Amino acid sequence: MSDFEPVVVAFLCNWCSYAGADLAGTSRLKYPPNVRSIRVMCSGRVDPVFVLDALKEGIDGVLVAGCHPGDCHYQSGNYKTNRKMKLIQRLLKDLNMDPRRVRFDYISASEGQKFADVVTEFVQTLKELGPNPLKGECQ
Amino acid sequence: MTTSIVIDPITRLEGHGKINIFLDDAGDVDNAYLQIPELRGFEKFAQGRRAEDMPQITSRICGVCPVAHHFAAAKALDSAFKVDPPSAAKKLRELMYCGYIIYDHILHFYFLGGPDFVVGPDAPPGKRNILGVIEKAGLEIGKEVIKHRAYGQRITAILGGKATHPVNGLPGGVSKGLNEDERKEIEMMAGSSREFAKFSLQLFEDIVLKNKDYVELITKGPYQLKTYNMGLVDENDKLNFYDGLIRVTDPSGGELIKFPVEDYQKEIAERVEKWSYMKFPYLKRVGYSGFTDGAGSGFYRVGPLGRLNAAEGMATPLAQKEFERFYSTLGGRPVHSTLAFHWARLIELLYAAERALELATDEEITSTHIKNPVGEPGEGFGVIEAARGTLIHHYDVDEQGLIKTANLIVATTNNAGAITMSVRDAAKGLIKKGEVNDGLLNMVEMAFRAYDPCFGCATHSMPGSMPLIANIYDKNERLIRSIRRD
Amino acid sequence: MTEKLKFAFYWAASCGGCEIAVLDIDEAILTVAGAADILFWPVAIDTKYKDVEEMPDGHIDVCFFNGAIRNSEQEHLAHLLRKKSKVLVAFGSCAATGGIPGLANLSNKKGVFETVYHENASIENPEGVEPEPSSEVKEGELTIPVFFDTVKTLDQTVDVDYYLPGCPPPTKLILQAVGAIIKGDLPPKGSVIAPAKSVCDECRFERSEKRIAKVRRIYEVEKVDDKCLLEQGILCMGPATRGGCGGPCMDAYMPCTGCGGPTPNSLDQGGKMISALASILGIEDEETLTDEDLEKLLDGVVDPVGTFYKYGLPSALIKRRVIP
Ligand code: SF4
Ligand code: SF4
Ligand code: SF4
Ligand code: FES
Repeated sequence: MSDFEPVVVAFLCNWCSYAGADLAGTSRLKYPPNVRSIRVMCSGRVDPVFVLDALKEGIDGVLVAGCHPGDCHYQSGNYKTNRKMKLIQRLLKDLNMDPRRVRFDYISASEGQKFADVVTEFVQTLKELGPNPLKGECQ
Repeated sequence: MTTSIVIDPITRLEGHGKINIFLDDAGDVDNAYLQIPELRGFEKFAQGRRAEDMPQITSRICGVCPVAHHFAAAKALDSAFKVDPPSAAKKLRELMYCGYIIYDHILHFYFLGGPDFVVGPDAPPGKRNILGVIEKAGLEIGKEVIKHRAYGQRITAILGGKATHPVNGLPGGVSKGLNEDERKEIEMMAGSSREFAKFSLQLFEDIVLKNKDYVELITKGPYQLKTYNMGLVDENDKLNFYDGLIRVTDPSGGELIKFPVEDYQKEIAERVEKWSYMKFPYLKRVGYSGFTDGAGSGFYRVGPLGRLNAAEGMATPLAQKEFERFYSTLGGRPVHSTLAFHWARLIELLYAAERALELATDEEITSTHIKNPVGEPGEGFGVIEAARGTLIHHYDVDEQGLIKTANLIVATTNNAGAITMSVRDAAKGLIKKGEVNDGLLNMVEMAFRAYDPCFGCATHSMPGSMPLIANIYDKNERLIRSIRRD
Repeated sequence: MTEKLKFAFYWAASCGGCEIAVLDIDEAILTVAGAADILFWPVAIDTKYKDVEEMPDGHIDVCFFNGAIRNSEQEHLAHLLRKKSKVLVAFGSCAATGGIPGLANLSNKKGVFETVYHENASIENPEGVEPEPSSEVKEGELTIPVFFDTVKTLDQTVDVDYYLPGCPPPTKLILQAVGAIIKGDLPPKGSVIAPAKSVCDECRFERSEKRIAKVRRIYEVEKVDDKCLLEQGILCMGPATRGGCGGPCMDAYMPCTGCGGPTPNSLDQGGKMISALASILGIEDEETLTDEDLEKLLDGVVDPVGTFYKYGLPSALIKRRVIP
């Protein structure tokens, strides 16, 4: 299991988390290269269907990150997404998928280090969980 | 000894219910098996569901009798949540229930089972259906049949939101009351259904009871099965569809037991056979002794005949008269003839219409007090008489209000042993020395159809009219003959 | 006179309610009979399985297929009817999206058998007997179809041309679909024959406040008011469900449970409902709500899978429970 490299999709808010990830890159912070980032205009734009679809396609983990409380450019996109992600986790639990495969975090534009830490931690968790059980399943 | 006949009926298409008849060396019937090839597993996927979803989930066991499951579930929830619904709610449920019985019994008598009698058992198969009935009885009557079947559905839709898969059942009562306009409409439909039931009994009298051959077929012939009988009764031991105690009478008519549904596990056990997905219930205190009838065998019958035999009478005046006539005509109580199911069904139709009329004119029926607050959830039991027989739901509900376990004993399953035996006996009486003909299959089919077996409940296909195919194989399992009856 | 159309109706793992729904079009059935010959309809006509086998391919113009695919025999019939039919319609939730029997995907064959044949309260099965596809009895061999681990929709089994959702499909939609077929006025292949709107759009209540403080179970609500049920805290699937039914459940003061399937342009009914819920639940004081309080609030959403996918787990993005 040690050489398992999880594939992570990250939906990052344009105004904060995406910039945070950028900063992590330009500051040459070390974090695992397993992440495929997708920029969204607001974390609130992330439809639960995106998350479920990614899992269905065999992606091992889905990270969604948005502005800190109070900072969302569209007022409450981040709160809403927090609730969505929590509900998705409950759904996954009942489908016997580990809810830790999806994660929501607040990451600001200046938090390059937090981005690197979150990704590192997430990838570590996913390594422990092993591959997405839906991977390769012809659904 | 390898000759077997496979009757593969599945309603009007092969697949969902199959009878295998094995012949011995002499070509006589050795044994018969009723196989149910389907299972959906409701008891499993009920686990973890919200308790309040059960009335709607279990109604999907059967789209012919959704109301039976709907209220068996609601009653099990009343019991699980320790709540007694207000009296108006009970009446509303029972009224809707009468609508369902009206619809279902009409469906069976005129569309599915009855054509055997009305058109005749040896009429061409193409005529043995609702169109044949209309041809014989006249177009006007055909229209009445369609109208009253639709009335039954309409009563359910008014009270339950939808006719197929209603939604009004809740722990503690119902979600919707009745306004005066709706009440009037139901009163009209119930009154009209009562007249129609009377007419149907007259039709049965004219066509069946006045025909000596038919009466002989009912009272003699290979259609006798001496089993125990089961049904719900009220405090006067009168037949009741919606509520009461489960009463079992023995093959000679005496009361064996009368118990509340809470005790069902003490009284009923289910066997599993590896050749069918359907289970075979029997009375525990009598015991299982193979596929035999008589007082020594724990198999019992439910449904219209089972109910009449298990009760001491009907709670409405016209139906009571018919009840008395039924037994005096057929030689006293109990009646063991499988074909008497049809007559019993019509008597129940009359009762349901009379009772619907009583309820529709009850002062309390438009009350707005239609539900009571629930208590803490726990274990619950519900019983109701589905058109085809006693139906039991038993749930264990956890503190979050989710289903921990669910057990269902459905109407047709209760009859599983009896149906198997009836078919076997009909075959035994009719197949001799390997001689199998078309007429024989018709007779076997009649034995089967009288029960109105609803494998939608036991599994899923429609009740009633089932064509048969008999394949006869020689010792090398080569098909030597195939007989079809459409 | 143009030649009459040839129709067929068939059921697989279904409850028979879809067949009753066809009967419930009442006298309109005569219009249908005038325009089409019904070659095959288990509930009303005696045509045999063998007759179907003997038909040339594509002989049936339109086959209305209800019920999910749960065992080997149903799978076989789906293939057979596909071959014999020009147009195949997935009729009702079971065929279209898996239906309530599709909830069995929360378990598998082993789980179902354990409960049904061993654990149930009234079972007496000391020898641990289970039904078997083929079994020897003293007189010979008996066979029954193979029970699958996973329930499948019709279109996961064969190619499907149209979908008619609902449990059962509303009379109005049945008539509309049949009318379109008779007129030869069919939408593009793959269409769902139902309006492109949600149940909320047809509901007699209007959503106005768009916020709820807490989820309430229907039996906890003492009196259901004459207004949007969701806004009274009752989980109503209306926003995530395709309309066409006219909202009969709400007429009876009960929430929509989602039988119309996902709304148009939504890939997943549960995903859509999560979105809808997340935008109204707990928004009152979202800035100050702690994560802990939020979790408590969400505890009110019990059994999300059974609630959001009541009629469509087999067609959800994640189609079944993961069973190791
Ligand atoms: S869709 Fe509903 S009505 Fe139709 S067969 Fe399935 S459960 Fe029955
Ligand atoms: S949420 Fe339900 S009650 Fe409210 S408008 Fe939509 S369908 Fe109607
Ligand atoms: S309101 Fe919802 S559950 Fe009721 S019939 Fe319409 S779609 Fe189905
Ligand atoms: S704009 Fe960043 S989360 Fe909304």
